[in-house]
Amino acid sequence: MRELVLVHLYPREMNIYGDTGNVVVLRKRLEWRGLPVRVEPVSVGDPLPHDADILLGGGGQDAAQGEIGADFASRGADLRAMADDGVVMLTICGSYQMLGHEFVTQEGRRIAGVGVLDVTTQGQPVRLIGNNYVETPETGRLVGYENHSGLTTLGPGVRPLGRTQRGRGNNGKDDTEGAVRDNVIGTYLHGPVLAKSPRFADDLLRRAYARHGVDAALEPIDDTLPELAARVAVGRPR
Amino acid sequence: MWLGKLTLLALRMIGRRGNALPGLVVEKLFPRFLARAMARLPEGVIVVTGTNGKTTTTKMVATLLGERLRVLTNDTGSNFVRGAITATIEHASWSGRLPYDVAVFELDEAWAVRFVEKVPPRRALLLNVMRDQLDRFGEIDTTAKLLGKVAAATSGHVVLNRDDERVAALGAGTNAIVSYYGVAPELRELFPNDEELYGGPVHVSSLPAAVELRGLPSPPRPATSMRIGDTDADVILRAEGPHNAQNACGAAAIALTFDFDVETVVRGLGKVSPAFGRGQQFVVDGRRVTLQLVKNPAGFRQTLRTLDAGAPDALVIAINDEYADGRDVSWLWDVDFRALRELPSRRSTSGTRAADMAVRLRYDDVDVGEIEPDLEKAVRTAVAAVQPDDRVVVFSTYTAMWELHAVLQRIGTAA
Repeated sequence: MRELVLVHLYPREMNIYGDTGNVVVLRKRLEWRGLPVRVEPVSVGDPLPHDADILLGGGGQDAAQGEIGADFASRGADLRAMADDGVVMLTICGSYQMLGHEFVTQEGRRIAGVGVLDVTTQGQPVRLIGNNYVETPETGRLVGYENHSGLTTLGPGVRPLGRTQRGRGNNGKDDTEGAVRDNVIGTYLHGPVLAKSPRFADDLLRRAYARHGVDAALEPIDDTLPELAARVAVGRPR
Repeated sequence: MWLGKLTLLALRMIGRRGNALPGLVVEKLFPRFLARAMARLPEGVIVVTGTNGKTTTTKMVATLLGERLRVLTNDTGSNFVRGAITATIEHASWSGRLPYDVAVFELDEAWAVRFVEKVPPRRALLLNVMRDQLDRFGEIDTTAKLLGKVAAATSGHVVLNRDDERVAALGAGTNAIVSYYGVAPELRELFPNDEELYGGPVHVSSLPAAVELRGLPSPPRPATSMRIGDTDADVILRAEGPHNAQNACGAAAIALTFDFDVETVVRGLGKVSPAFGRGQQFVVDGRRVTLQLVKNPAGFRQTLRTLDAGAPDALVIAINDEYADGRDVSWLWDVDFRALRELPSRRSTSGTRAADMAVRLRYDDVDVGEIEPDLEKAVRTAVAAVQPDDRVVVFSTYTAMWELHAVLQRIGTAA
């Protein structure tokens, strides 16, 4: 089977919510199956590998987000081309917001995104914080933790990743969580989300192979533990 | 004063651990009580704050200064202002007189700011700023600003960890005399901050350190080497791990601001016993059980290093997600557990998020024997599975530690 290249975006600058775990989960699920994988960290100023199969981005501190804002913006054309080319992207929180059209801060300042996802985000004073889970049509229940002050509205160019309870998710109002377009996914679920959502993790891997015309019959992995952890998490206070 | 003491007495009589409540009563009724009481202390107040190591370091400072001074401290681990007030009430005479020379208070970052607004400290010891409780403080940079306010409010001496860049920078914002403590450059990589964990360059400070950590104990050599002022000294520390050796340097640097001689510093540090749940040891059925608090990624990484000195026969990792622990357990993914793979220790996970911890270990290819959310059962099983004289180490988050401490006191004896 061909080697999958995982690009870990801003591993140093955007790492404070454990989202690095998404990289660990995907790499391990390939390694356990004996499938070749390479992880490429990309920090400010580093070139994006041309052979990227899956791009993973996390959330960061507001200050770090400012630091990397210009770097991210300069990659707009590359990221749009990659998205059109079917590259799989899993972007969490801050990097989800930056894939959208723009982020309007609480003070009304407009920070342009790269427009890969048809979403806009409005900063506001109250943070949505707590355990969260999301029902998705294709990969079942995703379990994680949200911690964001930006409220995201979806445009017609994306569909929601899933449905959540009111008061949570993209904006606390319309029950949606996350956004999907082609193989590009944005979500507010930290946790990291792939730790307790193994079906979702394998779905990302399948999408990456399918883009190369490979119908990957991924060997089953014993997911008793993550499934147990997901059930426990869903039963905990928010 | 009377009211506070009566409240404290009443609480003790009904069998409650009176940490913060008497303080709360007095704080509400007499908002200037603490400032007045503290103003009478000849050497004023020392505030110890930072993300990790507050409790043990406060105990180190208090014990060390106790060699020469009468020290008041909030050693019950209630690191809020009310805890400080409670300690004051408890130790004051009924007439309100405090028979002490100096007070040492552990305060968490947010409460430290509230405290210094009421009581400007004579000295401050600022340890580090790490990712912790982001749901409370928001961000690491916000936490650094809180410590900056403490430094600015301090009148005499500010002692800073030169190896934490955010903390070292706070020297610019105070009128107090600034001194630093640190670790020798060759030890620096043992103390990664959150940025350095993911391969950022290791920052080696060129600031002068009043006290420097020069060498860690390595069996059979039990001593920690420090340079204290101009003198090289060997210190026997009972609190384990590199982070406690680093904290001991901070405590020693505070002692130097009192012109303590090196001999007194070495003797004082040697008397420090581990603080509540921070390396405390118990004997259960002849097995030696050590309880270690873990509460954030940097702290967990440091605590894992205590295993360098020798693998335990059983390891229990107890992760709770109660409010005081933080509901979000994603921080477990910012700790590298791969070093546990090679340890011969039998491993289990416990606490409300035992399953999350087991998932985390599995993705680092670390096998887990059992997942037992019940804390007492997990400890009993681990103890039963090893031989007499064997070692059991329990890593535990905050609320799990309180429960485990009670369990270990009940089923064992403090060593």
